[in-house]
Amino acid sequence: MLLAIDTSAGTSVAVVDREAGILVELTELDTRRHAEVIGTLIDRALHEAGVGARELTAVAVGMGPGPFTGLRVGIAAARVFALGAGLPVLPGVSHDAIAYGQPDPVLVITDARRREVYWSRYAGSDDAGLPVRAAGPGLIAPELLDTVTGSAPIRRLEPEGVSAGALGLVAEHLSAHRRAFASDAALYLRSPDVTPSAGPKRVTG
Amino acid sequence: MTANLPPRADGAAATTPNREPLVLGIETSCDETGVGIVRGSTLLANVISSSMEEHARYGGVVPEVAARAHLEAIVPAISAAIAEAGIRLDEVDAIAVTSGPGLSGALMVGVGAAKALSVALGVPLYAVNHLVGHVGADVLREDDSEIELPTIALLVSGGHTSLLLVRDLVSDVELLGETIDDAAGEAFDKVARLLGLPYPGGPHIDRVAADGDPTAIRFPRGLTQPKDLDRHRYDFSFSGLKTAVARWVEQKQDAGEQVPLGDVAASFREAVVDVLLTKAIAACRDHGIPRLLLGGGVVANARVRELAAERTAAAGIELRIPPLSLCTDNGAMIAALGAQLIMAGHAPSGLDFGADSTLPVTVIQA
Ligand SMILES: [Zn+2]
Repeated sequence: MLLAIDTSAGTSVAVVDREAGILVELTELDTRRHAEVIGTLIDRALHEAGVGARELTAVAVGMGPGPFTGLRVGIAAARVFALGAGLPVLPGVSHDAIAYGQPDPVLVITDARRREVYWSRYAGSDDAGLPVRAAGPGLIAPELLDTVTGSAPIRRLEPEGVSAGALGLVAEHLSAHRRAFASDAALYLRSPDVTPSAGPKRVTG
Repeated sequence: MTANLPPRADGAAATTPNREPLVLGIETSCDETGVGIVRGSTLLANVISSSMEEHARYGGVVPEVAARAHLEAIVPAISAAIAEAGIRLDEVDAIAVTSGPGLSGALMVGVGAAKALSVALGVPLYAVNHLVGHVGADVLREDDSEIELPTIALLVSGGHTSLLLVRDLVSDVELLGETIDDAAGEAFDKVARLLGLPYPGGPHIDRVAADGDPTAIRFPRGLTQPKDLDRHRYDFSFSGLKTAVARWVEQKQDAGEQVPLGDVAASFREAVVDVLLTKAIAACRDHGIPRLLLGGGVVANARVRELAAERTAAAGIELRIPPLSLCTDNGAMIAALGAQLIMAGHAPSGLDFGADSTLPVTVIQA
């Protein structure tokens, strides 16, 4: 049984079980309240599932892509919850949760702010029911999305939120089939947006 | 496996006020990831992971760089702190975290981490004010001399420059004044840059100033003119000083003369330290409080400590400076303030608070 957390869009927390599926999923779509709601959502999810921290086997977490500030709240919470409860962290690509359960090719698109989007292209699902990511995740201006879809028409998925339940189920299937998890590095896909200083500027004309 | 529900993290305090609580404190308001552990007013661990070197190439703290560093440092810092304290995480009675003021994205990493730890361990969570935390650091001093209240507190770092009147650590702190533009530490960084010295500026200004004459150049003391004192008696301003230094240096350069680095550094530093202490001592006098406490990273500056000792001695004011490792931003001071709140019987903060980059100093606990 896993605690699953994703803050790549809003804040989503779930308790999932390999057999029983998603036991509880709680989602706050507001993209400015990650720090406010994360603790309450974790606490409520565990209580509504009737599960103590020690009954969990791992913490699954969405590593993005997603706007940095919110994304970090979920990753920090997942890592530290896992430390506190003595559990492993299972990192996942947040887009995999959106593509989960889609048998046909899809293009997953999420908001990256500043007139750009995050995208991942999936070729459908494999024998284990896991989404097959063919390209991405990447960052692009929405008007250029056609350049990443390939020649065949493809269905676009542009959900407002990311389901921590689906993320948890992907993690359960990955471990059941002994597949590799994502890297545990946050998927920022943007550099920190600063240029090194070029030296002091003159104040006198 | 039994279905033992953990106690609710936002429920009734799991700690009794009369026992010395074991508190883990998390601080991520600027560029230091700090995790400290205290038992009551006894320091058990103080782990600081700084991203300062990453900011050096930018000449100042870059919020996004700091926040990314916090995310990578938080788990190692907690692990190192429990090892240093020789405890297990499940022995911790409560968690304390800085909820503000500070850099928003940086604060949010600590807040998210602290909430998750509180739920995972089933212990209460205290969200505390960073600035009051600097004052709280004083309870951890090893000589056990208790802080006498009320006291004036001067907190100076790269992120803040504030003058406080502390009547009670957990219930009554008043903001007397603060910087209206740059923090003092920021002024050190900016002047170091225009003198071609590396970041962070404080230690390098100190080094160069050692060979200089602090009276060589009379740089302006911000907000000390009679016309400013009505509205800004205890406020600070350092941006004019920085510009004055830049103008002075440029004039020398334009005239083809060598810039006397030592004299500029020493005179600049003297202007900063002079205005800091003049205002702090005025606050002590005006309020009839013969006690001054210093906190913040700029206290590491030798001249700050030296002039503070001189001026307070002359004015008959008792000077308190917490150990330097507790003056810079750290998690131990946050844990210490959390422990004070618990021992005073304050209820936990619950789980619903957010990071507040402008949290007023009067809000000691969020
Ligand atoms: Zn500070």
